[in-house]
Amino acid sequence: MIEQDWAILLARIQFAFTVSFHFLFPAFTIGLASFLAVLEGLWLKTGKGVYANLYRYWLKIFAVVFAMGVVSGIVMSYQFGTNWSVFSDKAGPVIGPLMAYEVLTAFFLEAGFLGVMLFGINKVGRKLHFVATLAVALGTFISAFWILSVNSWMQTPAGFEMGANGQFLPGDSWLPIIFNPSFPYRLVHTVLAAYLTTAFAVGGVGAWHLLKNRQNPGARKMFSMAMWMAAIVAPIQVVAGDFHGLNTLEHQPVKVMAMEGHYQSHPDGAPLILFGIPNSKEKRVDYAIEIPKASSLILKHDPNAPLKGLDTVPDADEPPVGIVFWAFRIMVGLGMAMVGIGLWSLFARVRRRLYDMTWLHRAAVAMGPSGFIAVLAGWVTTEVGRQPFTIHGLLRTADSASPLDAPAVAASLLAFVVVYFAVFGMGIWYLLRLMKKPPEAHEAALDGMPIRSAGITPAAAVIEGEGA
Amino acid sequence: MTDLTIIWAGIIGFAIIAYVVMDGFDLGIGILFPFFKVGKDRDAAMNSIAPVWDGNETWLVMGVGGLLAAFPLAYAIILPALYAPMIAMLLGLVFRGVAFEFRWRDPAHREFWDRAFTLGSIVATFAQGIALGALLQGITVEGRAYAGGWWEWLSPFSLLTGAGLVVGYALLGACWLNWKTEDALQRQAVTYAGRLGILLLAMIGAISLATLTLEPQYHQRWLSFPGVLATAQVPLATVIVTFLFYRSLRLKRDAQPFLWALALFGLCLVGLGLSIWPDVVPARVTIWEAAAPHRSQVFMLVGAAIMVPIILAYTAWSYWVFRGKVGPDGYH
Repeated sequence: MIEQDWAILLARIQFAFTVSFHFLFPAFTIGLASFLAVLEGLWLKTGKGVYANLYRYWLKIFAVVFAMGVVSGIVMSYQFGTNWSVFSDKAGPVIGPLMAYEVLTAFFLEAGFLGVMLFGINKVGRKLHFVATLAVALGTFISAFWILSVNSWMQTPAGFEMGANGQFLPGDSWLPIIFNPSFPYRLVHTVLAAYLTTAFAVGGVGAWHLLKNRQNPGARKMFSMAMWMAAIVAPIQVVAGDFHGLNTLEHQPVKVMAMEGHYQSHPDGAPLILFGIPNSKEKRVDYAIEIPKASSLILKHDPNAPLKGLDTVPDADEPPVGIVFWAFRIMVGLGMAMVGIGLWSLFARVRRRLYDMTWLHRAAVAMGPSGFIAVLAGWVTTEVGRQPFTIHGLLRTADSASPLDAPAVAASLLAFVVVYFAVFGMGIWYLLRLMKKPPEAHEAALDGMPIRSAGITPAAAVIEGEGA
Repeated sequence: MTDLTIIWAGIIGFAIIAYVVMDGFDLGIGILFPFFKVGKDRDAAMNSIAPVWDGNETWLVMGVGGLLAAFPLAYAIILPALYAPMIAMLLGLVFRGVAFEFRWRDPAHREFWDRAFTLGSIVATFAQGIALGALLQGITVEGRAYAGGWWEWLSPFSLLTGAGLVVGYALLGACWLNWKTEDALQRQAVTYAGRLGILLLAMIGAISLATLTLEPQYHQRWLSFPGVLATAQVPLATVIVTFLFYRSLRLKRDAQPFLWALALFGLCLVGLGLSIWPDVVPARVTIWEAAAPHRSQVFMLVGAAIMVPIILAYTAWSYWVFRGKVGPDGYH
């Protein structure tokens, strides 16, 4: 490889590394902020102390996750320029404004109300504090809206014109840019994924504490809420994912070929390869276990429909098949396991044994991190599946990078790896430590906050009654 | 037709000012942190910024996001040119950002996270100062791209601007603590503010003089007649503001020293603007050469016109909620 190739490869690894780490945190905060809003809303409505306690329990965790999300997110907003300057110059007129809207409508909203959410309940009262929680939750969603619009535009670019200077320029209207063909599907799929990630994290924590003490009211409540989410949202996510896949087939068929492992075209119905080892050199999937015609049935809703394979695509335009193939299977497999847990919990609920089925609790603990893995696997599927382009079909990754020397990128990559593993490793350990503590009837507020009496029982006691 | 490019240059300028006004003092508190007594004083210093630091830092994202959106070419040239300082700044911000949470989560390692808070704050500030110096001394540009090496930013001048910003933010931090804390910590902050003020003025003087030698454009702007009649107002105003700053310190005012220190920063930014206007990459690329197309400018301007006042309103509200003096347990 010549030096320029090294520099680009290192820059790609650095972006993949930093964005993957970053994505873990918003995937959690999007769902957790909504969960907190629901808890506080239920507390306001019912006055039941268990909701206030759970709110505080998860608020401490939220604060840590959010801080890590913020600092790893700032890195992303700079990295488009530091490492992908040619892409930024060319695509800036189209994607720049969308990201600016993200800052204006989402980042400030989250950050501006976070302080009140974390520290302000004694100062602003319950109702206004609820508004702050809602604002933070809304901010996380708006942020997802804009950044997924940008990402979707890179997958399915629309509504632009080419400028004489090589820039992508916005057309007459911004609507086709924002609501580009893959955006609605990606938005729904990703936000549901964030909710499921949170549901399984919360459910895992609840189950852990149920295994220790079945009577803990906080653990019961959070487990029950999480299992409702699993039972309802996981099946919806399967449907949403199917729609997203069909949309990808329409606009990025090559990505679907890689996901399916279809090296060859199948004129009379393509098989669904469940497992196998993609062999890009020989252009076949070794040791494939497949269901005849099932892929055509899923993708075309007709078992005999012809499906093109990677043999119709020049090698230079193919994504790395193995990564996409495996990442897709990990995501789908975990999604199915989530549906399974949801059904199991419904069964347990009908039998009135939701809090007593030890094996369900063990399974829920095991599935606690499943959302994070599924989200990353899904992200890898869609991003690696877009290769070798940054803007699908129009701008190659190799033509997008900054004019940097390979040693510069190698040094920064090393620094990111060391710092991220050390700092976020510690952070994740702190999270696990917080989660290890059972939710208590006198759940403490954040440290550094005035705490006098800690009484949430009797139920009528209110949070602001405890402050200075 | 009004020139939206100028309006956008103004908005980016505003974001930079807002960033310095709001994040300068909380980085400054990080810089001064090791000098505060472990325990009550450090907790109070930390608590004085805990509810607002995140919003403050968002202006940094606004500045760079706005640059990408409104001047994509400048964004694409500047960030690779400043590669090492930018990465260092980002990593510094990682350390100091998580320290806000981690120091409470892990009392056994609080000392470690306090150090991370300080080191991160110093590195981030120093890197921002270096970035400013590197841009002022001129970067190598060919066509639509940066064409220098990955150490081009390093020079005595950029190190000087880096050090200058560390002193400047430390001054803002000291003034903020004078405003927001009581008793021993406040007295300590006042002492630091007085000393840092002198140090900063020396830095400003040195950087200003050095700047004049960098590019003919700067020299001409500042010293040729009749322009000098206008530009001479900046150092004159600096003298007046300095006087008012020290007077407010002597009179033991709470908020005033902070505001005058900000005014000092404001004058530095005015001076900077006078040197580089209308360039977005100083002495290399003008705002019109780097501007996004009209449609992008219009679309964003709608958003900015609606959202910026709303943002300022709820930011002000958040500062209002956490008004008054702070103690080791948070705001009274």
